[in-house]
Amino acid sequence: MAQTYRSMLVDPMVDNNPITLQVLGICSALAVTSSMQVALVMTIAVTTVTAFSSMFISVLRSQIPSSIRIIVQMIIIASLVIVVDQVLKAYAYEISKTLSVFVGLIITNCIVMGRAEAFAMKNPPFASFVDGVGNGLGYGLILMLVGTIRELFGSGSLFGITIFETVNNGGWYVPNGLLLLPPSAFFVIGLLIWAFRTWKPEQVEEREYRIQTVEAH
Amino acid sequence: MPDKDNQNPSDEAQFTPEMNPPDRDIPAPEGEVVARKGLLRRFLDAPADNTVKTVVVALGLCLVASMVVSSAAVSLRPLQERNAALDKQVNILQVAGVYEDGIDVAEAFDAFEPHVLELASGEFTDQFEADSFDDRAAADDLTLSAPLEDDPASIGRQANYVTVYLLRNEDGTLDKVILPVYGYGLWSTLYGFMAIEEDGNTIYGLQFYEHAETPGLGAEVDNPRWKALWRDKKLRTDDGEGELAITVAKTPPAAGRDYYVDALSGATLTSRGVDNLVRFWMSERGFEPFLERVRAGEI
Repeated sequence: MAQTYRSMLVDPMVDNNPITLQVLGICSALAVTSSMQVALVMTIAVTTVTAFSSMFISVLRSQIPSSIRIIVQMIIIASLVIVVDQVLKAYAYEISKTLSVFVGLIITNCIVMGRAEAFAMKNPPFASFVDGVGNGLGYGLILMLVGTIRELFGSGSLFGITIFETVNNGGWYVPNGLLLLPPSAFFVIGLLIWAFRTWKPEQVEEREYRIQTVEAH
Repeated sequence: MPDKDNQNPSDEAQFTPEMNPPDRDIPAPEGEVVARKGLLRRFLDAPADNTVKTVVVALGLCLVASMVVSSAAVSLRPLQERNAALDKQVNILQVAGVYEDGIDVAEAFDAFEPHVLELASGEFTDQFEADSFDDRAAADDLTLSAPLEDDPASIGRQANYVTVYLLRNEDGTLDKVILPVYGYGLWSTLYGFMAIEEDGNTIYGLQFYEHAETPGLGAEVDNPRWKALWRDKKLRTDDGEGELAITVAKTPPAAGRDYYVDALSGATLTSRGVDNLVRFWMSERGFEPFLERVRAGEI
């Protein structure tokens, strides 16, 4: 079953979403979704890193000794992340300050490693690149959804533009402070997973156990 | 290499996760004769688990990766440094309360008088050019700094000279002094500025321009609502003549609420770091000799 490029790009959005189905990359999804702008930059950064690291790993895949393949993948990913971090510091200083350690933590983002190991190690470079873009965007889609909810109800704004005038600024909206704290993303992501699996019941995992009734004699 | 991959797309799709991809045999391209095999070809065709190959791949990759990383770092450094300098100016403007969105930062910054201050005496010195004096470099310079035995702010070495900024009213009287402060929080050194009113005892504001504390917890030192708590707090009791009383704590100190900034919830260690660094820099070992002169109206 050869995947088309289109399906590689579109599948990770809903059908094989890295966050809601594969449940990868949750840690950074908690941390960078309190504002849309930061979530958008994080999306771009992760997409870039996933796409290019998958491509480079795929180019080298037949030469990578399997005994050190994780280290090789890590070197490629880490180098790309450092480059992205440097570029952000040069061209988007304010945002790089907000993202602070989380840009560096893209290195440990499970999505990047996951795609490198699961896809790029056995597919051609261009397909791996497209797969990386698809998964980065699938991650970004959830980030943006969570970001919308958290920023709108947590601080009454979207992309920093006031939508609900908050009480502190003389408006009517009492912001929900919980939504600005990282744990709230757990609730939002959990609800999103629920919504996705209600919409697409085939995503529901099979139970790992079965309750059996035993007849008493 | 990539050509070969694209020739057999159906082959690629058959690999299952159980198989170890690098182990597969690479079919030699048609027309390849053994005699023409160069060193590179032989190397590429060698099984990936070959020990020599493992070492060569690892070394080669590290070399390439380090070149990419270092060239990115070096080529982007001028831009990054300009950003950092501009950011520092913006922060000085903000802590002094003169920053507004869209103002010309360089022009507004001209209103500030930079001076290099000798900490121990509290006197300005002409030994260095104030515009180009680098506080951070001075703190690392063995001739310009001294190691700290008792080091509450965890800064290791303290420079003997620092750059301070004066903001004057139109009639030339002192309006505010902007003092650089820094110290260790939980993960990182926090660098910031403290603005003190002309009485040398009332805090106008405290703002950090560089730190790497936990976003959402320690990084709340950047929260405008928390920063607003510093406004109009006093450093010392008895209009500056008493002892240093300002503190970041969970409960107000005995001296009273004028000397108390509520600690950040969920960020005990960052709050403690801020408390330590503020108290260190405002003490006799920090800016007290200078602030004494400010209180006396000498500046």
